[in-house]
Amino acid sequence: MTDIKKRIAISKFWNNSFWVAGLLSTFAGLVLLFALFTDLFLDGAPRISYKFFTSFPSRFPEEAGILSAWIGTTLVMLVTAMAAIPLGIAAGIYLEEYARKNWITNIIEINITNLAGVPSIIYGLLALGLFVYFFEFGESILTGGLALALLILPMVIMATREAIRAIPNSIREASFALGATKWQTIKDHIIPYSTGGILTGIIIGLSRAIGETAPIITVGALTFIAFLPTSPVSAEFPFVSFKWLFDPFTVMPIQMFNWVSRPQKEFHINAAAAGIELLAMTLLMIGIAIYIRYNFRKKIKW
Amino acid sequence: MVEQTLKAEAKNLNFYYGDVHALKNINIPIKRRKVTALIGPSGCGKTTFLRCFNRMHDLYPHNRYEGEITLYPDNVNIISRDVDPIEIRMWISMVFQKPNPFPKSIYENVAYGPRVRGIKKKQIIDERVEKSLRGAALWDEVKDRLHNLAFDLSGGQQQRLCIARSLATEPRILLFDEPTSALDPTATSKIEELIVELKNEVTILIVTHNMQQAARVSDDTAFMYLGELVEFDRTDKIFTNPSNGLTEEYITGRFG
Repeated sequence: MTDIKKRIAISKFWNNSFWVAGLLSTFAGLVLLFALFTDLFLDGAPRISYKFFTSFPSRFPEEAGILSAWIGTTLVMLVTAMAAIPLGIAAGIYLEEYARKNWITNIIEINITNLAGVPSIIYGLLALGLFVYFFEFGESILTGGLALALLILPMVIMATREAIRAIPNSIREASFALGATKWQTIKDHIIPYSTGGILTGIIIGLSRAIGETAPIITVGALTFIAFLPTSPVSAEFPFVSFKWLFDPFTVMPIQMFNWVSRPQKEFHINAAAAGIELLAMTLLMIGIAIYIRYNFRKKIKW
Repeated sequence: MVEQTLKAEAKNLNFYYGDVHALKNINIPIKRRKVTALIGPSGCGKTTFLRCFNRMHDLYPHNRYEGEITLYPDNVNIISRDVDPIEIRMWISMVFQKPNPFPKSIYENVAYGPRVRGIKKKQIIDERVEKSLRGAALWDEVKDRLHNLAFDLSGGQQQRLCIARSLATEPRILLFDEPTSALDPTATSKIEELIVELKNEVTILIVTHNMQQAARVSDDTAFMYLGELVEFDRTDKIFTNPSNGLTEEYITGRFG
C-alpha cells in the first residue's frame, strides 16, 4: 500500500517538474519577444508620423521617410502572393489527388521538403540568373516578387498537401459515389475543406517573405530610391497599367538595414520606426488571412 | 420474362486486388424492387462485391474486374471497361458504413447529387431536397434547420441524411455497406424500417454483419465465404432451411 503511494508520489513529482519546466520555456520565448517589441516601440514610436509615411528617404534623418519602401514592399508582396498562391495550391492538389504514389512522386516530395530549407540567398541567386539575365525582367518589382514567390512556394505546397491529407477518404468516396468527377470533387470538397490549412501555410510563407532582405538585394533592389513606381491606375485609357512590374524598387527591410548601417543615431531611430511599420504590415496581412480563414471555418466545420 | 423481374445480375464475376483473387466466379441475380442481403464473415468479399456495382474499385490502382454485372433493362455490363464509371455512379448510389456527410449544411448535402447532374434551378433542387429528406424519414426532424451543419445531427440522423443524399440522385439501385454498424439500436431499427419502405421504389443491395438484420429486411440472401458464393436463396429459406452445411454453421453462430 505505502509502496504504491510512494510510486505515485514520485510520478507526480516528475509530472509537476515538467509542468514547471514547460511553463518556464514558454515564458522565456514570450518575455523575450515582449522585450524586443517594447524596445522597438520605445525607440521608434516618437518618429512615426504622417510625414514619415509620405516622405522619400533623405540624407537628413528628420526628413527621411519610408514612402518608397512601404509601397515597394506592398507591390512586391502582391506579386509574390499572385505567383506563389495559385502555383503552390495547384502543385499541392496535383501531388495529393492526381499523381500516382510511386518513386518519382517520392523524390519530388523529398525535394520540395528540402527546398523549404534552402537559404534564401540561394533563391536570390537563382532569381538573378533566371529572371534578371535570362528572362530580362530587369532589377524590377516583378523579379523581386518572383524571387520571394520561389522562396515560399515549397511552404505553400507543403501546407496544401498537409491540409488535403487531413480530409478523410470517406468524404472523397461520398462525392465520387454521387457521380462527381475528380475535378468536381476537388472543386466542391477538397479545396473548400482544406482552405483553412492552406491559408495557414500562406500566412507563414508571406510573413517570411515580407521580412526577407538577402534575395531582394541579390536581384538588385535599390537601397536609396526617391521616386515611386508607375501608378497601376491612371486617368487615361486603358486606365490600368502593368508598367510598375518593371520599375526599380526597394523594400522595408532594405530601408531598415540601410538606416541601421549609418553612423548617426537619428537614423537608428528611423530604422526602429520602420521596424514598427514592417511589423504592422505583417500583422495586417496575417489579420486578413485569419479573417478569411475564420469565415471559411464558420461555414465548414469538421 | 426473367429479365423484367431482375434489375441486375452478376455473371461469373471475378475481382482482383493486384494479385489477390478477392471474388471468385460470383453469380447472383438482383431482383427489381427487392432487398438482397450479402452476409458472411469478415474478409469474405461481400463489401468488395458491393463496391463493384458502382465501380468504386476504379478509384484505386491495380484493381481488375472480370466477368459481367448486367444492369437491366438496358443490358449494360456495369464493369465493362468501355462503360464510364461516372455514368454508372449516376445510376447506382451508395450509403457507407460510417455516416460520411459533407461538412456543409443539411440542404447542401442533399442538393449535391442533383447539382452534379447539372440541375441549377433552385426550385427543382428545393423540391428534390424535400422529397429525398421525406423519403429518408428525416424531413420532420430537420425542416426548420436545413441550413445548419450536417455534423450537428446525431449519428443516426447523419446516416439518414446520407440515405437522403443518395435518394436525391434518383438511383436505380441503392447500395448499403453495413449502414448500421456505427449506430445504436434505436437508430438501427429506424434505418431498417426505412430500408423496407424504400424497396417500394428502388432496388436495394445491402451488406450486413448482423444476421438478424439480414433476416428482418431482406427478400433474398447471399452467403459468401472466402471470396466465393456459398449459397443464394430466398431469405426465409436461408435462415430456416439452408441447403449448404457451411451456411447453416454460419447462421447458427458456429463460426464467423
